[in-house]
Amino acid sequence: MGNARATGGAPRRFGPASPATTRIRRSSNRSSRSRLRFRLPWLPGSPTSSRRKPIVKNPERDEHLDAKGASRRKFLRTTAAGVGAAAGVPAAAEAFDFETFFQKNFRRMSDEEIEALKDRMARKYEKKFGKSFNVQATGPVDNTLFGYGLDISRCIGCRRCVDACVQENNQSRDPEIQWIRVLEFERERVVRGFELDEGNPYYEHEQAPAEGMVYLPIACQQCEDSPCTNVCPTGATWEEPDGIVVIDYDWCIGCRYCMAACPYGARHFNWAAPTIPADEVNTNIHPLGNVPRSRGVVEKCSFCIQRVRDGRYPACHEACPVGARKFGNLLDPDSEISYLLKHKRTFVLKSELATRPKFFYFYG
Amino acid sequence: MTVYLAEFWHFTKESVALVASGSRGYMLWVGLLLLMILGGLYAFVNQASFGLVTSNMRDPVSWGFYIGNFAFLVGVAAAAVILIIPAYIYNWGPIREVALLGELLAISAIIMCMLFVTVDIGRPEKVWHMMPGVGTPNFPYSLLVWDVLVLNAYFVLNFFVATYLVFMSYTGRKYNPSFIMPIIFLSIPLAISIHTVTAFLFMGLKARPFWNDAILAPRFLASAFCSGPALLVLIFQILRKVSPVQISGAALRKIGELLAYAMAINLFFLGCEVFKEFYSHSHHVIHARFQWFGLEDGYGIAGYSIFALTCNVTAFVIFVVPALRNRIRFLLVGCVLAVAGVYVEKGLGLLLPGLTPDVIGEVYRYTPSLNELMVGAGVWGVGLLSFTFMAKISIAITLGELGYRRT
Ligand code: SF4
Ligand code: SF4
Repeated sequence: MGNARATGGAPRRFGPASPATTRIRRSSNRSSRSRLRFRLPWLPGSPTSSRRKPIVKNPERDEHLDAKGASRRKFLRTTAAGVGAAAGVPAAAEAFDFETFFQKNFRRMSDEEIEALKDRMARKYEKKFGKSFNVQATGPVDNTLFGYGLDISRCIGCRRCVDACVQENNQSRDPEIQWIRVLEFERERVVRGFELDEGNPYYEHEQAPAEGMVYLPIACQQCEDSPCTNVCPTGATWEEPDGIVVIDYDWCIGCRYCMAACPYGARHFNWAAPTIPADEVNTNIHPLGNVPRSRGVVEKCSFCIQRVRDGRYPACHEACPVGARKFGNLLDPDSEISYLLKHKRTFVLKSELATRPKFFYFYG
Repeated sequence: MTVYLAEFWHFTKESVALVASGSRGYMLWVGLLLLMILGGLYAFVNQASFGLVTSNMRDPVSWGFYIGNFAFLVGVAAAAVILIIPAYIYNWGPIREVALLGELLAISAIIMCMLFVTVDIGRPEKVWHMMPGVGTPNFPYSLLVWDVLVLNAYFVLNFFVATYLVFMSYTGRKYNPSFIMPIIFLSIPLAISIHTVTAFLFMGLKARPFWNDAILAPRFLASAFCSGPALLVLIFQILRKVSPVQISGAALRKIGELLAYAMAINLFFLGCEVFKEFYSHSHHVIHARFQWFGLEDGYGIAGYSIFALTCNVTAFVIFVVPALRNRIRFLLVGCVLAVAGVYVEKGLGLLLPGLTPDVIGEVYRYTPSLNELMVGAGVWGVGLLSFTFMAKISIAITLGELGYRRT
């Protein structure tokens, strides 16, 4: 069972010839969208990269670079065609909405303002996707600190969690955005501990798990001392009382300072207008979670805030076929997660940075 | 009051008339800059309608050409004003002119800095979210808020001083030293602070070991003291050629001497960093290796780093040997080398190794896209054009070609 990713369109290969000896991957192998359109000989990277890899021309990017009306229409068409029944309107055509533009930071909103926001969102996305939306802005749960546990010895690297996350959280299909990334490590090297940069997120096998490999899924670690919220100049991202680090997607200005600050590469930027096919959009949305995002803002995992605050499990938790994922309330001594933390050998990633993640890995 | 207003009105009118006319060479220069600006606008509209996908930045390298230019220009802005100190030490000419040109360069550099930050963000129309009152600035935690603060303060201060000096001499009044000198002196610590805060912006990130390094702010300052004054020397030389402004060659040589110290410190700091990275040889040496040798598959910016180093060392030799420094032609070559060296070292050499490989070891080959380069060129066009205009006006006034005769 190869990889179960959302789009599966562009072939993803395994870096250079011998994955066993190559520790360095290039994301440009990933898909044509990250290929460079213009290579000037006197700029870094050009000589080697153009010699080693043919430049695959991406028609879409060519259109991006041509703002003429005719080709823009063509661009809209190609995008639509590429996504199928795409209802995602490219940013160029994004309508200006007075109320949304002047709305406050979510944290400053009164209850009435949140109600108005919910209405506005429902209307906006109904118009955009032709479906009715259920917007809930459920607040933090009392006496709760959400925590996640992942059993390293069980994970088989099938990436069904990635798939479920994309669906649940309305991540852009084109350009592709995935909040969860599953890193593949050679078991022998892991004996000395997980060094994130030795993991490979672009593995592509007929079968997972592959012989001699272990897998480490990562997404936002929901740090308690989160570098990303500290640096944000607008206060568009913060930690909620129940421990979830959220982003107000209408308030973010897209400066990407948080991306530079996050030690886990958990934040992703909408370089272009995200597109979601209308028949795949999740209509149960939370403004701080899986509400469809716009171009030019940063997004990330919110522990499925729209689900967990209603007492449900995160989508990735439900999707995991081997039960490697555990979720619960860290403040409740009787919860499964508390039990695991007490009785298993657990660790957090990059503990030397003292970000104090609420995402724990353990050996079951 | 009305007198001032009337005078100011005249001042504005005459200034506009002045910048709209000039020799053929001047017109060609202005035309070229306008072309750059138009091209930049076109590219920016393109970027604004399709998003930053028009740049070649992607998640692993989320800051690029724009922020590199920003870091360089903050240095220019800071150093241009700091030249005021040596102007005192060497008692060089009428302080007003030196200070004035330094202020003007600083103003243009700050304009460019702000533009570079603006074109880099995903939602420029929402910048008000970080302003006090209307927005929710994350103060004092976010260094970006600090940066915007000091940059704006510095801009206002310099703009005020420059306008004051120019306007006073326009109306034939004498400027009041006891009023303006304290302000000029205040701009010196502020100049240092803009560059320090910009360095802190990078230094504070524990996720990026290449930047998370106590020597970054001093290094920033040292390299700024190389590029800023070198740029001023070049500008002075151009002014000497195209305008009747009197600036002695001896003065330029004095700046050359100063540049020798700055470059020595800059190179020393660089050596310290290189030593620390390669001798301790921790996991994090990979960024330095990317910078100086390239990664296992040959990808890196070694060529650029060596180029920058060669420029800087050559410039240092020129500045430090009196026989070379004292020949104006050599001095100018040294200045060009210093500017080029610091531009490459500050732009590429700071940004790319900090982000490559990224936090999970991914290597993304970043090269600015044509659209990005065009936007950048447009921003430089705006900066150069504003400097050209401001310099033209202030020189005309200083030389007495332009003035308001009170009857
Ligand atoms: S993992 Fe990254 S995005 Fe998530 S809270 Fe920590 S620093 Fe922020
Ligand atoms: S990109 Fe958005 S969330 Fe991130 S630091 Fe900037 S404003 Fe804050």
